[in-house]
Amino acid sequence: MAMTEPRLITTRVGDPEGHTLERYLATGGYTALRTALGMSPDEIHAQVKASGILGRGGAEFPAHIKWRTTMDLPQPHYLVVNADEGEPSTFKDHMLIERDPHQLIEGMAIAAFAVQAHVAFVYLRGEFALGFERLQTALNEAYEHGAVGRNILGSDFSLDIVLHPGAGAYICGEETALLESLEGKRGFPRIKIVPTVVPATIGVYSKPTVLNNVETLSNLPWIIANGGDAFAGLGENISTGTRLFSLSGHVEKPGNYEVEMVKTTYRDLIDGYGGGVLGGRQLKFIIPGGVSSAWFGPQHLDVPLGRQEVGAADGVMPGGGGTMLGSGSVIVADDTTCPVRIAWRIAKFFAHESCGQCTPCREGTGWLEKAVWRIENGDGRPADLDLLLDVSDNIAPGLSWPYPMTTICFLGPSSAVAVVSALSMFRDDFEAHIELGRCPHD
Amino acid sequence: MARFTPENLQRARDTIALYPQKRSALLPLLHLAQEQDGWLQEDAMAQVAELLDLAPAEVYGTASFYTMFKFQPTGRHLVSVCTNIACMLRGGYELLHHAEETLGVRAGGTTADGAFSLEEAECLADCDRGPCLQVNYRYFGNVTNDGFDTLVADLRSGKLAAEVPPHGTLSRVRRSVPRQVPDEGTPGEPVVPDAPQSGPQRVHR
Amino acid sequence: MTDTASTSHAIDRAPGCVTVTVDGRTVDVPEGELMIQAAERAGVYIPRFCYHPRLAPVGMCRMCLVQVQGPPGRLILEPSCFKKVADGMVIMTQNTSPAAKKAQEGVLEFLLLNHPLDCPVCDRGGECPLQDQTMAHGPGETRMVEEKRHWEKPIPLSDLVLLDRERCIQCARCTRFAEEIAGDPLIDFVERGGHTEVNTFPGEPFASYFSGNTVQICPVGALTATPYRFKARPWDLEQVESTCTSCAVGCRIAVQSSTNRLTRYLGLDSDPVNQGWLCDKGRFDFESVNHEARLASPLVRKGDQLVEVGWAEALDAAARGLGDAASIHGAAAVAVIGGARLANEGAYAWAKLAKSVLGTDSVDAQLGDGLPAELVLGLPRATIDDACAASAVVLLGPDLKEELPVLYLRLRSAAVHGDTRLVELTPAPTGLTRYAAATLGHRPGEAAAAARALTGGPADDTGGVAADAVERARGVVGSGDGVVVVIGRSSLAESADGVAEAAAVLAAAWPGAKFLPALRRANVHGALDMGLAPGVLPGRVTLDDGRDWYTAAWGKVPAARGHDTAGILTEAAEGRIQGLVLLGADPLADFPDRELARRGLAGAGFVVTVDTLPTESARTADVVLPAAMFAETAGTTTNLEGRVSRLGQKITPPGVAWPDWMIASELAARLGADLGFSTLTEVWDEIERLAPSHAGITPTVLGAARLRDGVLAPLPDELPVLAEHLGDVTQGFDIPQDTEPAAVLPDSAEESQQVAGAEAEAEAEAAPVGPARPATLTYTAPPAAAKLPPRDAYALRLVVSRTMYDHGTLVQHSPSLAGLAPGLLLRANPYDLDRVGAGKGGQVQVRTTRASLVVETAPDPGMPRGSAWLAFNAGTPGAADLIDATATVIDVRVESTS
Ligand SMILES: Cc1cc2nc3c(=O)[nH]c(=O)nc-3n(C[C@H](O)[C@H](O)[C@H](O)COP(=O)(O)O)c2cc1C
Ligand code: SF4
Ligand code: FES
Repeated sequence: MAMTEPRLITTRVGDPEGHTLERYLATGGYTALRTALGMSPDEIHAQVKASGILGRGGAEFPAHIKWRTTMDLPQPHYLVVNADEGEPSTFKDHMLIERDPHQLIEGMAIAAFAVQAHVAFVYLRGEFALGFERLQTALNEAYEHGAVGRNILGSDFSLDIVLHPGAGAYICGEETALLESLEGKRGFPRIKIVPTVVPATIGVYSKPTVLNNVETLSNLPWIIANGGDAFAGLGENISTGTRLFSLSGHVEKPGNYEVEMVKTTYRDLIDGYGGGVLGGRQLKFIIPGGVSSAWFGPQHLDVPLGRQEVGAADGVMPGGGGTMLGSGSVIVADDTTCPVRIAWRIAKFFAHESCGQCTPCREGTGWLEKAVWRIENGDGRPADLDLLLDVSDNIAPGLSWPYPMTTICFLGPSSAVAVVSALSMFRDDFEAHIELGRCPHD
Repeated sequence: MARFTPENLQRARDTIALYPQKRSALLPLLHLAQEQDGWLQEDAMAQVAELLDLAPAEVYGTASFYTMFKFQPTGRHLVSVCTNIACMLRGGYELLHHAEETLGVRAGGTTADGAFSLEEAECLADCDRGPCLQVNYRYFGNVTNDGFDTLVADLRSGKLAAEVPPHGTLSRVRRSVPRQVPDEGTPGEPVVPDAPQSGPQRVHR
Repeated sequence: MTDTASTSHAIDRAPGCVTVTVDGRTVDVPEGELMIQAAERAGVYIPRFCYHPRLAPVGMCRMCLVQVQGPPGRLILEPSCFKKVADGMVIMTQNTSPAAKKAQEGVLEFLLLNHPLDCPVCDRGGECPLQDQTMAHGPGETRMVEEKRHWEKPIPLSDLVLLDRERCIQCARCTRFAEEIAGDPLIDFVERGGHTEVNTFPGEPFASYFSGNTVQICPVGALTATPYRFKARPWDLEQVESTCTSCAVGCRIAVQSSTNRLTRYLGLDSDPVNQGWLCDKGRFDFESVNHEARLASPLVRKGDQLVEVGWAEALDAAARGLGDAASIHGAAAVAVIGGARLANEGAYAWAKLAKSVLGTDSVDAQLGDGLPAELVLGLPRATIDDACAASAVVLLGPDLKEELPVLYLRLRSAAVHGDTRLVELTPAPTGLTRYAAATLGHRPGEAAAAARALTGGPADDTGGVAADAVERARGVVGSGDGVVVVIGRSSLAESADGVAEAAAVLAAAWPGAKFLPALRRANVHGALDMGLAPGVLPGRVTLDDGRDWYTAAWGKVPAARGHDTAGILTEAAEGRIQGLVLLGADPLADFPDRELARRGLAGAGFVVTVDTLPTESARTADVVLPAAMFAETAGTTTNLEGRVSRLGQKITPPGVAWPDWMIASELAARLGADLGFSTLTEVWDEIERLAPSHAGITPTVLGAARLRDGVLAPLPDELPVLAEHLGDVTQGFDIPQDTEPAAVLPDSAEESQQVAGAEAEAEAEAAPVGPARPATLTYTAPPAAAKLPPRDAYALRLVVSRTMYDHGTLVQHSPSLAGLAPGLLLRANPYDLDRVGAGKGGQVQVRTTRASLVVETAPDPGMPRGSAWLAFNAGTPGAADLIDATATVIDVRVESTS
């Protein structure tokens, strides 16, 4: 796993024993927690605020704002870690969990102390069997070590961490679906009866809950050890620090890369770290922030990896706007790729993963899947292309980024985005399918 | 309706004790049932319902939402081949088709001897090693057709028994300590059911 | 509205209101109101499927999307069904926002993608919101060329409900109802995404007492009810509003019929009563009205045969038998059992006939399963809303889930979704036990001891209740301020005295408490109000207090207090009743002491039955008079709150069956008396004029649209003022068919003329002087109940109570329900059953000195040790054979059958 500089959260991932408590302690582990326990929750919060860290789960929301909301509400509070990593082609969180579980546990303990939560849950994607074993082992060690449990590290703060397995449902990565699932229910995203109903106010068991991604929390030991300002000194604008990007698809060296935000572009990532497009072929398109993001083309290679930077790019959505960094996954497709087939596979994914609550998502994802499949297999009709756009528009009205939506959560519109991106960028390709009555790339 | 083995029943009770609200233990308990039986049988779901004060329909309704829970006998080895984009770009579907031929079943099926179930999987988050697959949720990356055949042979021969426990076993590592911090208050328990519970209240026939 | 008016709007608006604009129209709406409701105020209907005002919002169907004005350039679409209004909000619905319109049309198209569009063969066709929306705005043709999703056509979810999953639009109304309202989460979503279906757990049907509600609220034809399936098309149906009389909750319903047969009942949303819901028994027992066995013609015994005759002959025979009994043996030799089935008007007419014309006070609408009228009418009365708003409700009565199901729903909701805490005093677990904050499981017959413990009495005798339960319960009821006590009979195997004494204890300890009587029978509360009980006269007055008033009005009233049903049957068994009227009563099946019932009917000299269906008791009668049933006569009924509401007539009775009041009136005529009314309105007018508790409840009041939920008797103080402003009387009090008795009346006009008393009565009313209107009765505590005999160590003390489905007449004449009656089951603690080898179930023999039964057992750890529970009316032989009505408690020996 090729790694880059500066490294904040991936210092141990290359070490075969990096996941053990022994190695963790030997490399400075749990000192940040000790430091944090000597601070007040407000002081920790101040550091997190100074760091400017945005959530790494996809929505890129400033962590300190969520924390403050919860901190100001009556007890009990809970901390929940989103370790459901399901966004296709994202594989950073499970690496952090398998390779450096104590870093996550330490980050959790710091966060729990800051927001005064005495119970924390890790909602771990069910398919991560190795991750479960590594994290459970590390937790057992951490309890033994006193980093978790009663009076952690001799302080008067006590914390339990419960490892909770999911069971195969992408939607449970959506934070409110995750909470439902954690409560033992179907993973239905919650409706926001008033805009202030968010996990930070009404979370698990209807209590204020800080919910952060694995990577977000894994940054905390570094932030406490080095100060929020040092973190903010990395990156630019609102995108501070480093971020892990999962690079996959048609590249020479797929893998996770920790890169400094904004200072790095897609070109740096793909051609630099990734060793260029596989086999030296031409780049056709990139899916720049997980399959829920609007696609980019070769013309976007120099867009810096920053939230505002990709958001303001001149993107491909007919309604305007750029795209998002999302879950930090970057998929590269070379010029042999059939965009129709890719759009179909993404539509199929969303149809499979739609929770089924919202009519446009439940029915629309399935329709898109079937219709694109028909085109891919040569049964398309010329009218289908406008139909696809219109159906998509009924799920994500206006077809812009950010997406307006007719659904409860972002899954619905995400399903339309791939189809619309493919269609906007490669309409000729679609038309060729229809004219030839087969896939021209076969 | 003693469905869980005594040890598993104890594990179930310990698991329930980890949560401020019982129902939270639903997914872990279903995993436990699946670990014991290889798939989710009806009486196991009924017992989980009883343990959690739920109606069986709620347990079944919830369980069926999740892909990992199986409602039919499932092979000792569940082979999940990823065909999502990153693997697809690197031959995921070709691998799936090869697997279908090698095992002699279509995706979704189970071999006659009950040794293998094959399924098409969504992204397994091992994309840098695509095409990849999981056997009972243990990763195998950069799988070639030959590599697949070897894998199947090794699974059959028991060579991989240490790496790949039977289907249903999520983690061989158990939590070593119970919860240390008592719950603050009773967050959101809907009712105070401390009165004697009578058996047949839910169903009126 | 002028400009000035609208600009001053915001300043003038009522407190707690905000101003919003809907499609350009400005309205003031209460703060916190949903956009969908605010739009309705502005006269704009936003289409919706999943939204139901009585269910928690899910916002799933997305049909109700509207555009809300936000920052320029940003399109905001919000579901109006769960988003609340904010001051100054500008809402654009489908009428003014192209984006909202497109989104809604998109949703409709999505919903139809996989919908079978089989409207012509769908029960819902013609009243289907999906169909309506499609006709109005839908896509002409589907743009999806791929194949639709297929499901196996209707699958049974239960004996009563079928599900067609192809029609389902996943709105979650049914599953929400089952979980939130009924507390029976026996159906749930299964699978996810496009495969989402509603289903049960394999092999465990949706056997909820409230399953029919899901059929009613299903916005499409996915859920259908077997009793209605294919019976009629909505456009063939006519309907009238009415009040369900299957029990005493008094749910408001719409009665629908097609070609003079009842086809369906729908729950109406009466806020203080049923809030739209019905139980399945109430919803489906309309089948009994349609039953071919309905009594359609009078019968007179000729030898050992009951022979069809004309009304004149039957009435003559009845009048002769009853008249002779009274004149030869004295008025005390005549008695009337029953009357709870009757509408208020029938009950009043029969009370007048019995107490004035026949002169007997041995009249009882309750069949040994009730409470003394003085207690029910005298205790300060609570409403259902009072109970649901109380901080604590003490349940001292039957299993409400079984006997008063919609009251159960209301209280369950108050406990689960509200702040009401429940304390039960019960000898056996009930449907509410799981929701109770404390359950005082007392020994049979010892409710008073438990009540004493609850109110802080000496702790030495708690009636068998554990000390910690008492402690917990005391914490809940506190000083008893604002507590509502639900009071009724928790067991038919003990005398009513125990409960009466417990009520006395609570009333004495908690002067501020209010009581909600939980008597089950149909219009039993109306019957008590109308005087169909010993010791009382119409209008909640005692015989003594009302003597002068009613003597002036009626001519005469009984001299002394008569017997209740047990007393009447005892008297009859001993040959002292020579004329007995069974007014919709079936003591042989329905009285908790079958032996006494048998001896009583055998010993009664002459028996007249007034009924709608053939019962076991009717077969022993000398004269059978066929009565009109529910939906065949208008009138009023009174629920357990004392709420008088209207009954609607929808169909005509079978054959020559008559309304009860008319039967009374004609029988009186044959007895030489004129009851003084010849229309239903005249009966009500007289009730309003004479019955002190009903003063002011005029037909105008009852017919007022604003008072559709009924009015509480006595009228709350503010109502008479309101009455002046009622104005809008939607339906006349009388339904024409009922006010035209001439067609079926015999030619007894001249006879009626001769009757004395009518003029006297009219004069009494007209004259400014005369006896004063008596006061309604107030509660006085009964004497303490008799001491209980000791229980020997080998016996179990019996608890007998009703189940919703039983061998009662209505259930058994409703084919869809008859099979749902459970068999005879003995519930007891496994500890007790273990002793006879039935700790895990199996058959046992249950024995008293009277009888012995072989029954199945249901071990139930919730049952207190030493007690055993049996369902009442679960077949013959049954619990009634074990019970001795004169005993305070019943002890049974439970033995192994081998
Ligand atoms: C459909 C959907 C799937 C998501 N999946 C994940 C996920 O797998 N992991 C994750 O951390 N966040 C996921 N998110 C984002 C979460 O909702 C949430 O924003 C995030 O976990 C918050 O943590 P952060 O602030 O630390 O990023 C998903 C969101 C959506 C709408
Ligand atoms: S958009 Fe899709 S996944 Fe999200 S809540 Fe709606 S139906 Fe479920
Ligand atoms: S009625 Fe609002 S989403 Fe269904």
